[in-house]
Amino acid sequence: MSQDREMPMIANVSRRHFLKGLAASSALVVAVRWDPLLAEEEETQYGAAAMPGGWVDNPNVFIHIDADGTVTVVNHRSEMGQGIRTSLVMVAADELGADWDRVRVEQAPANQEKYGNQNTDGSRSMRHWFSPMRRAAAAARSMLEQAAANEWGVPKEECRAGVHLVRHEPSGRELGFGELAGRARELSIPDRESLTLKPDSELRYISRETGMVNGELRDDSARPPAIDGDGIVSGSAVFGGDVIFDDQLFAVVARPPVYGANLKSVDDAEALKVPGVVKVVTIEGADPPAGFEPLGGVAVVAENTWAAIEGRRALSIEWNLEAAGDNARYDTEAYRKALEEAAQSPGKTIRESGNIEEALEKADRRLDATYYMPHMAQAPMEPPVAVVRFKDGKGEAWAPVQHPRATREGVAGKLGLDVEDVTVNVTLLGGGFGRKSKPDFVMEAASVARQFEGRPVRVQWTREDDIQHTYFHANSVDRLEAGLDADGKAIGWLHRTLSPSIGSLFAEDPEHKGGFELGMGFNTMPFDIPAIRLENPKASAHVRIGWFRSVYNLPHAFAIQSFAAEMAEAAGRDHRDYLLELLGPARRIDPATFNDEWNYGEDPERYPINVGRMRAVVERATQEAGWGRELPPGRGLGLAMHHSFVSYTAVVMEVEVQDDGGVIVHRADMAFDCGRQVNPERIRSQLEGACVMGIGIALHSEVTLSEGVVAQDNFHQYHIPRMEHAPREVRVHLVNNDPNAPMGGVGEPGLPPVAPALCNAIYAATGQRIRQLPVADQLAG
Amino acid sequence: MASLTINGEEHELKVPGEMPLLWALRDVVQLTGTKFGCGISECGACTVHVDGEATRSCVTPVSAVDGKKVTTIEAMADDATGKRVQQAWLDLGVAQCGYCQGGQIMAATALLKENPEPDEEQIREAMNGNLCRCGTYNRIMAAIKRASGGEEKA
Repeated sequence: MSQDREMPMIANVSRRHFLKGLAASSALVVAVRWDPLLAEEEETQYGAAAMPGGWVDNPNVFIHIDADGTVTVVNHRSEMGQGIRTSLVMVAADELGADWDRVRVEQAPANQEKYGNQNTDGSRSMRHWFSPMRRAAAAARSMLEQAAANEWGVPKEECRAGVHLVRHEPSGRELGFGELAGRARELSIPDRESLTLKPDSELRYISRETGMVNGELRDDSARPPAIDGDGIVSGSAVFGGDVIFDDQLFAVVARPPVYGANLKSVDDAEALKVPGVVKVVTIEGADPPAGFEPLGGVAVVAENTWAAIEGRRALSIEWNLEAAGDNARYDTEAYRKALEEAAQSPGKTIRESGNIEEALEKADRRLDATYYMPHMAQAPMEPPVAVVRFKDGKGEAWAPVQHPRATREGVAGKLGLDVEDVTVNVTLLGGGFGRKSKPDFVMEAASVARQFEGRPVRVQWTREDDIQHTYFHANSVDRLEAGLDADGKAIGWLHRTLSPSIGSLFAEDPEHKGGFELGMGFNTMPFDIPAIRLENPKASAHVRIGWFRSVYNLPHAFAIQSFAAEMAEAAGRDHRDYLLELLGPARRIDPATFNDEWNYGEDPERYPINVGRMRAVVERATQEAGWGRELPPGRGLGLAMHHSFVSYTAVVMEVEVQDDGGVIVHRADMAFDCGRQVNPERIRSQLEGACVMGIGIALHSEVTLSEGVVAQDNFHQYHIPRMEHAPREVRVHLVNNDPNAPMGGVGEPGLPPVAPALCNAIYAATGQRIRQLPVADQLAG
Repeated sequence: MASLTINGEEHELKVPGEMPLLWALRDVVQLTGTKFGCGISECGACTVHVDGEATRSCVTPVSAVDGKKVTTIEAMADDATGKRVQQAWLDLGVAQCGYCQGGQIMAATALLKENPEPDEEQIREAMNGNLCRCGTYNRIMAAIKRASGGEEKA
């Protein structure tokens, strides 16, 4: 591809170059440049264009048709349960006209220069890749039609692609995609301007409701079926730990118990006596800020995982805790109290309008509340695991990673190789939730593999490793104060938020939240209140802080949506009516006017803060849930709304609190507006899953530390939801399926309003406010 | 050292008797459909059938399955009930990431063999030990009902 930006967006590319990693007998390869949407995006640098690698001039989406008609679509985003391998391939298949039964997916290795951005994070895959994928497919379709026209000696306009074939309309002659692929390959690739996308009426899959819709099955199953479905139900799907070679070694790592501590000494004599243990080696760790670097420690390398685990148990290690400094005194209970104390005093002003002191002074009624959300572990069902081989001056990794680029760089660093000499094969992820955005575990495997040149080494994290050494969700204190006038109307809003920043992972602790953290529902808070002040006092980090699905939206939504319910109660008003009044009239707010320059990386013109859409999801969720209906004693309805990842979610939970304090969620109604819905079936599944995860966040999940050491080590102590905690019924209401509506995120935005809706429902059922998560046994007795 | 049948094939496992069946299956026999999730019988990702009974392979030493019949997710398609459960899983789009679903299917299949038409409470009780971090429980419930004949088949 040319480096010249004036070149057509879709262009011929070297066949050989693109066939790397593809099946050998390819006949047609189409590549499309990163984002063919608008030239202006190059200047404004929003959305896909703003992502690292987004605008490199190498093509990165491939469609490949074999002579036998098999269509291969290369998917370069990581599959972690959101369904992107099915959904993106579906987009291509639909636009191309491919028969789903003859479509296969090939997972791209890490190669940002070739594929563009691969960092599967921020609920971005579909909204950034829908257009490029469709245009790649449209170009391929156009070439197949041209090939058919040439074959028949007729004008191209008379030839139209149907399902896996091209038909000459006047004569009824037909040629299959496979028959045409060889000739199509010889043609020049049409430029972007000449492409015509299919009208919605001709789409077979995109934006069609199919599969499970609120408990009812349409079309007998989802159409198209999940591309990895058969592999998953038969056990043949390949996750990170399923990559195995006959000469493979198996390792587990003993890591410093406190962030910043390091190895003082190790006695491996007993470990080496364990049958199957091959060797004990050390892994270098980085001092804080550790970034994506491993924590360091001692690796026990063995002939199988069990021997490695037993060997680790037999190690005698002395850690140098002094090196950890304050982190070795970190106590989450004391920390929470310190933050609650700090929340009483002003902090860095983030946003201000009106005169908050005056407003609170003249208020008829003032109320305040302080909320706490603890550390949590993402705890994907597949703990971190990776296989790395260092051989003949090259590195190769097989790993379940959200961030292939960072993985490639990290492995190259550990092996002392150039990035080009490292291949990262991305397996299926057994859940990600932000944990696998960090490639530290692959770098550990690389560190060990370097010491066993020629042999593949798998580093397996145990569940204990995962819960004790993850990059934790930031704990958070949020203090809110409001002034109401004599009619109960809000006239003043003061919110202070305190959390350690993810910035502390990469640089000296900033002690304040960064723009992208504040922009997750704190400074983007939309309430129409005359006097508002938002502050961010200091909070320091003592563990590795990292992304957890929907990230800082979680504490912000919990605090804001809980407090809005408290304000409604103080005003003697219905929560729904009061929330709509707080939101104010439908309007489009430029996030910059809220001091949010981030906006999830999206263009504020296309993606303003849209209060009309917030109102609509609140209205829809409450209407579907039968808001205001009579409930049996012990039950309550709770509501919350949140805007994140440029999508809009409102949730109503119907909850029963039992005499022993147990909570049963009878029903959840989730109204969701993510703009155009490409694969509604997977959108529904994401929302259903977010509902369950949100219930866990509300009721159970907490990581605590004492003297810098995590107190929980497995699922008997770190609780995540089980089937008994799932709603007895969950209904997802998709709104605004406007094909022209800018697309929003799906994977994360369902989650933030779940916990506050549930806690508001608990209040409705019991009169007890939950201000500190998790609920745990707060309702007992 | 143990002699056992795995998915109908005889195996002589030359491993220490205390090695959990999970790791023998995954690392030694290289049957990787059975997953590691917790190692302490808290999550069910490692569920296999031992003589037809749902068993957590992560806490089952190889010595305990000497002479027994072990069935893993890889062989579920050969089992009439298992195949029905797999199909229900596909029809309803149960899986998200899919990592736990092998264990879920093993647990569901064992349940239906024992109780062909379980009610919701019985399903919840039987499946409560199988964690799914993606939160697919509602569809798991629906799929078990579909496979059980509790709901009309398509």
